[in-house]
Amino acid sequence: MEQVQLTLTVNGTRYSRPVEPRCLLSDFIRHDLGLTGTHVGCEHGVCGMCTVLIDGQTARTCLTFAVQVDGAEITTVEALGTPAKLHPLQQAFWEKHGLQCGYCTPAMLLTAVELLNNNPNPTRNEICEAMSANLCRCTGYQTIVDAVESAAAAMKGEAR
Amino acid sequence: MSAPAVKDHPIHRRWIGQSMKRVEDPRLLTGRGKYIDDIVVPNMAHAAVLRSPHAHARIKKIDASKARALPGVLLVLTGAEAVEQTGPLPCFANPPVAQYCIAVDRVRHVGETVAAVVAESRYIAEDAVDRIEVEYEPLPVVVNPGDASTSKGDAVLHPDRGANNIAHQRTLTFGSYDEDMRSADVIVRRKVRWPRSGAQPMETVGAIASYDEGTRKFTIYANTSMYNYVGWLMAVSLKIPAHKLNIVPTIAGGSFGSKIFTHKVLVLAATLARACGRPVKYVEDRLDNMTSCDNHGSDRIYELELGLKRDGTMLAFGMKVIDDYGAYLQFGVGHHGNAAAQLTGPYRIKSARIELTAVFTNKCQQGAYRGFGSEVNNFALERIVDAAADELGISPVEIRRKNFIQPEQFPYKIPTGNVYDSGNYGAVLDKALEMADYDGWRSRQADARKQGRYIGIGLASCQERSVFSSTEFWFWNHEPGFALTSSPESVNIKIDPTGKAFVTLYSPFWGNSPETMATQIVAEQLTIDPSDIEITYADTDQGLMGTGPGGSRYTVMIAGAIAGAATDIKRKLFKIAGHFLEASEQDLELRDGRVSVRGTDRGMTIPEIALQAYYFRLSLPDDCNSGLDARFTYDHPYTTQPNADRTDLGVFYPIMGHMCHIPIVEIDIETGQLTYLKYVAVHDCGTVVNPMTLAGHVRGGTVQGIGSTMYEHFYYDEQGQLVTANFADYLIPTLKEAPPNIEVGHVVTPSPFTEYGIKGGGEGGRMGVPPALASAVEDALRPFGVKIDTLPITPMKIRDMIRAAQQRKG
Repeated sequence: MEQVQLTLTVNGTRYSRPVEPRCLLSDFIRHDLGLTGTHVGCEHGVCGMCTVLIDGQTARTCLTFAVQVDGAEITTVEALGTPAKLHPLQQAFWEKHGLQCGYCTPAMLLTAVELLNNNPNPTRNEICEAMSANLCRCTGYQTIVDAVESAAAAMKGEAR
Repeated sequence: MSAPAVKDHPIHRRWIGQSMKRVEDPRLLTGRGKYIDDIVVPNMAHAAVLRSPHAHARIKKIDASKARALPGVLLVLTGAEAVEQTGPLPCFANPPVAQYCIAVDRVRHVGETVAAVVAESRYIAEDAVDRIEVEYEPLPVVVNPGDASTSKGDAVLHPDRGANNIAHQRTLTFGSYDEDMRSADVIVRRKVRWPRSGAQPMETVGAIASYDEGTRKFTIYANTSMYNYVGWLMAVSLKIPAHKLNIVPTIAGGSFGSKIFTHKVLVLAATLARACGRPVKYVEDRLDNMTSCDNHGSDRIYELELGLKRDGTMLAFGMKVIDDYGAYLQFGVGHHGNAAAQLTGPYRIKSARIELTAVFTNKCQQGAYRGFGSEVNNFALERIVDAAADELGISPVEIRRKNFIQPEQFPYKIPTGNVYDSGNYGAVLDKALEMADYDGWRSRQADARKQGRYIGIGLASCQERSVFSSTEFWFWNHEPGFALTSSPESVNIKIDPTGKAFVTLYSPFWGNSPETMATQIVAEQLTIDPSDIEITYADTDQGLMGTGPGGSRYTVMIAGAIAGAATDIKRKLFKIAGHFLEASEQDLELRDGRVSVRGTDRGMTIPEIALQAYYFRLSLPDDCNSGLDARFTYDHPYTTQPNADRTDLGVFYPIMGHMCHIPIVEIDIETGQLTYLKYVAVHDCGTVVNPMTLAGHVRGGTVQGIGSTMYEHFYYDEQGQLVTANFADYLIPTLKEAPPNIEVGHVVTPSPFTEYGIKGGGEGGRMGVPPALASAVEDALRPFGVKIDTLPITPMKIRDMIRAAQQRKG
């Protein structure tokens, strides 16, 4: 199949790659770039596992063709923190037990990043509203909300 | 095996009981989890599967020429071709039900594999799937389980097993059932329908299989969990010697029972790899998983009866149950073995009867889902207990309290023969009532009703059996078949020359916390700091026996295995230290990673002893080999054989947890929407290793239970089409459907039979919600006289029931 040249920035690194026009962004990120922290759960746009930030906004990469994001800036979970130096959201998810199997976690983290970028001081209801976009089958969600609430407080402390 | 000796549990513990942060998390939080689809093998090709659009049909002809002609396609394999190399899949039923990784000449449910393609990319493989032309001859479709006994001719799914679609039929009576029913003042009867729902973890099932021509050996990476128990059965399917197959576990993105076996995916991937000569990755997409997975749960129709004295004393509990198993029998009717573990719940019921009819229909087979059939029994029993309370005019709290097995009666043998190790059900109930402010809500409920608001208070007091013994898989069979009685768990602990602990587990991470739990227990046993402990998972080549997580057994079994291995390590530490310190081993103690002579400051640290053990053989006691390691296989702590006529099923699930759930809800009678005002879940899982992760299981299981109760349904229409085969139609609770605050409480009644007194707690949440929430909805709608006997109770159904009641009233 014919390929087109795609140029984009992922986690601060610029890539230029030939891709098939039908290649999903989720597959491009996972298999072409090897950034497997972005997961795939349903491939029909409901579960939210494949969420990344495209120019700062959350998007479902299983419903996005790679060629649609030519020139865009993508952020995946790999950009947040490392096991040795976790991002405050990752630290809060760890402390509040906001994950079990970990499969939905990257998407949950990026959704929370977007929320806290737009609203550094969210109410619990606002957190629930934002985080309800993604499914989690393990936690029952409560500790995910706790984690985002706690991270928001911690990040405000850092900013001060 | 008679009852084991009662264990003495030390009270002072440093690590067990701590809410230690999980050691698994840093890698999962940073996207470095390495799930099955993240694994890449050199030269790997990709598979996709053609699934049957028919619920029941003969495969007349498959023309794959157009698919084969597509550039990038390496292989198209039909069932007729696959069966030349690969035999039937493993099956726990006896007699077995033939099932193949690719259907051979007949499909029996929508989504069954008809052909598989291997190509250079998944995209090309899926293109090729669309180019396979299949000619089907549709056969009569059976979707109604009530039709099974009258099915004949082409409507019979497995003609080799009998003339109709009854898969298994047997009545078991425990105790003087008829006599007890005759002596009852009232017999309460109720019909209950439990529909099919499923685990649906966020990650599907996958495998990467490769074949090495040099070693003539298969390697399969897979997110499976019973590989060190029954992994060799895959070799039997592949018709290869078991030592020519190595199954390497990857972590799983959730299982909830659904990844116990994963035999279809593993065997398919290996069959394809062998046929095309390249490593092959096959990972189910969501449609694959929903239509053809291992995780469709129980699908039961009950006719229940409970005999009682007028004062509410329960005497006998009986049921006719039809279970719609779908097209195949993966675990036999083991789910009904499971339910028999706690058939009579927390109550002193003298006798019981189960009339079981398991049937075949043109639906996906059942597998395992969090509860494995016992959660359904909890629902059935608690619903009829509520009905009895209503009929006798006793409060739901008092009828339960009156019938509870009392703390001094344990170990307690229930009519089926299973033994409950310990419990304090009154204490759990009291704690839940107090946490929920039950009496306060009863008065608020009455006030609200005057204002036209409908508040409901639910209550369920249920068992959560843990630590299965494998006898449950076969004791229902007329001929037991392979009547296995072993279900152990193993660990290997190596202390390296620098004093670090390497702990090998033989069962995988499937979304639970095995590394954290094992770290805490090893730290406790050997007084080693958790940061000095490394946990790894063995493949089958290295594998000792491990039955794997399931039936809430893992923590109990691993604790037993770790204690066994640690005892050997401690013996050697003491021997070497005693030798160097010139002290008697009786005078030594292990504390904070150091063996010292009691009452002195003389001692050796574990690293100091380990270095001697590894490199200074000539300094060691004569009867001491080099190295410092131990392995231990821990058998089920308490299990016995069933008797011949199955009036006593033996002891097979004795480590008995308990829970009380109290949901307080408000229903908007105009829309049917349910709002949680409060949710209390009190569990008794014995000694708690990590309160934080246990609470996580309880909350997560509770929301899964809410899904099963309120929203989730694998709904097959009359043509056998699965009309809820995606997440837009199969409704998993989102954050909006979850209670905002599930208040978790613990009562601790240690098991007398397990290490530290631990009981399992992995399934409990889902096992308590359905009856609790059904009773809350029924209670809220009491003014309408609505009865909840069928799940799921969607908002639409609630609205319909209210509307029907309003019309009846005129």
